[in-house]
Amino acid sequence: MGKKAGGYIVKNFIRMLTFLLAVSAASFFLLSLSPIDPLKSNVGQAALGTMSEEQIARLEAYWGVGIPAGKRFLAWLSGVLRGDLGISLLYRQPVLSVIREKAANSVWLMGAAWLFSGVLGVFLGTAAGAKKGKWQDKAITAYCMITAGTPAFWLALLLLLVFAVQFPIFPIGFSVPVGVAVSEVTLSERLSHAFLPALALGLTGVSNIAMHTRSKMIEIMESEYVLYARARGERGWPLILGHGLRNLLLPVITLQFGSISEIFGGSVLVEEVFSYPGLGQAAITAGLGSDVPLLLGITLISAALVFLGNLTADLLYLAVDPRMRRERRKEAERRNTHGGR
Amino acid sequence: MAGDRRFRFWNLRRKTIAAAGLSFGLLIFTAVLGHIWMEDAMVTDFSRKNLSPCLSYPFGTDWLGRDMIKRTAAGLSMSIRLGAVTAGASAVIAVILGTAAAVFGKTADRLISALINLIQGIPHMLLLILISYGMGKGFRGAAVGIALTHWPSLARLMRAEVLQLKTSQYVKISEKLGMGPVQIALEHMLPHLFPQFITGLVLLFPHAILHEAGITFLGFGLSMEQPAVGIILSESMTYLMTGKWWLAVFPGAALVLVVLLFEGLGQSLRSLLDPGSAHE
Repeated sequence: MGKKAGGYIVKNFIRMLTFLLAVSAASFFLLSLSPIDPLKSNVGQAALGTMSEEQIARLEAYWGVGIPAGKRFLAWLSGVLRGDLGISLLYRQPVLSVIREKAANSVWLMGAAWLFSGVLGVFLGTAAGAKKGKWQDKAITAYCMITAGTPAFWLALLLLLVFAVQFPIFPIGFSVPVGVAVSEVTLSERLSHAFLPALALGLTGVSNIAMHTRSKMIEIMESEYVLYARARGERGWPLILGHGLRNLLLPVITLQFGSISEIFGGSVLVEEVFSYPGLGQAAITAGLGSDVPLLLGITLISAALVFLGNLTADLLYLAVDPRMRRERRKEAERRNTHGGR
Repeated sequence: MAGDRRFRFWNLRRKTIAAAGLSFGLLIFTAVLGHIWMEDAMVTDFSRKNLSPCLSYPFGTDWLGRDMIKRTAAGLSMSIRLGAVTAGASAVIAVILGTAAAVFGKTADRLISALINLIQGIPHMLLLILISYGMGKGFRGAAVGIALTHWPSLARLMRAEVLQLKTSQYVKISEKLGMGPVQIALEHMLPHLFPQFITGLVLLFPHAILHEAGITFLGFGLSMEQPAVGIILSESMTYLMTGKWWLAVFPGAALVLVVLLFEGLGQSLRSLLDPGSAHE
């Protein structure tokens, strides 16, 4: 058994490496296509006109102008393999330390939104599924349809408008109060700065998980064991919690681990609205300012996160659901017997 | 008796057709109206700047005195047309790659599925930023990005459908009767795939439009001079602090409405075209 698990880990580690290699090659290729001149967009046409040839040459060397893309990619890749993602051109710091600093902020935001959308989604989905066809179900389904069509950044703007401008309950932006040393920031200050962005992200992220929970719940409510439980006299929430929630929690948690990509994508937009200095905003700054190393670094890190999220989902399924284990074994046997073709 | 006849006339199928027709009509109306207002939307008039919503300017005006309802409609019209181009391109890619994965054997299938994993493995917004940057931002960057990233789900569906069709009895019988692959594809597969394609295409619109608004909002899409809801919302951020709420509220709500109309149209089409639910 231990040997099998080891093999599984090694296999997925190799899968992850090839995936990340493909991601870096693809994103490097895309960025190298760009007709944008990093000098013009960052230094400005006017300033370039006043500079000497020598200064321009030095700037070109700094921004990597004129070096063939293939050569740059190999240089970058060999750095990455040594754990060096290069130097961010805008922040003038190693990419890794920029990412570490920004990720520390994003973790609060994305973690809160992830938990919030998960818990609310499961609750709404369970309630809707248990009351299928009643007004509660219709209201929740309508809410999910509308939020699925609502851009997270617009909801963020509305929340900002109501809770930070009209009724100044929450701060307008940033991840910590302005002018306070990092060491003196309290947990409650961090949370109150992350609250509105996380709410915007969580409220729009709910619909997917709620709708999945709902259909699963409907399936469960029609099952024979629920019929039997009803016949024994179980009613209301104890029935829903004891027989429904227990059975649907696992697929739902799995789904939530697979939704990291969406949360990350949404956080890019929401961070922009709240000037929240996280990974998403760093990605925007990097994209607008032609900071290729930083953009590549963020892409690589986020792709790794998404991969790990999906892997966790798979592993959870395997670990907890005995049916999946059996199916995998069967599949493996089938492959062994027919593999020689 | 009269009520009885009415009751029979408005069955579920007719209701769905009416809903689909109404959504379609509204969307076309928005697209045309926005196109007519395209010029007007850019007119600045300092005698009417910063007006809150009133009868003659239902969405208010901005700090340059531009009529917000016209700007919004022009932006939505742009979104709908850009959505049509990008969703169309995406759907064509989906059909070609989905069918190729099902028809051209294991290697093609693996390659295409690896490509899908690659696209879905990078957060969507980040991928759009990468592509937009690679294309030099602007309209082209947004359009290429949206067209290249929305096909995977439809391609998967198409692949599954074609795989199922390939093993279906009537296709096998046609093969035995000596029909050529092209003839089978045209006469037996296309009629089955076409409704799926149309539904899939319409359901791509909401995603395409939302992502266009998002990428434009971030500054990687349409430029400041072009009418776009993303631009309107991004500009409104500067003025929210001073209480000009209408600059963000109405354009965003209109965008949500357009997205929901497309979603509704897609769902109606699906239930109309799917033989399983067409006669309910």
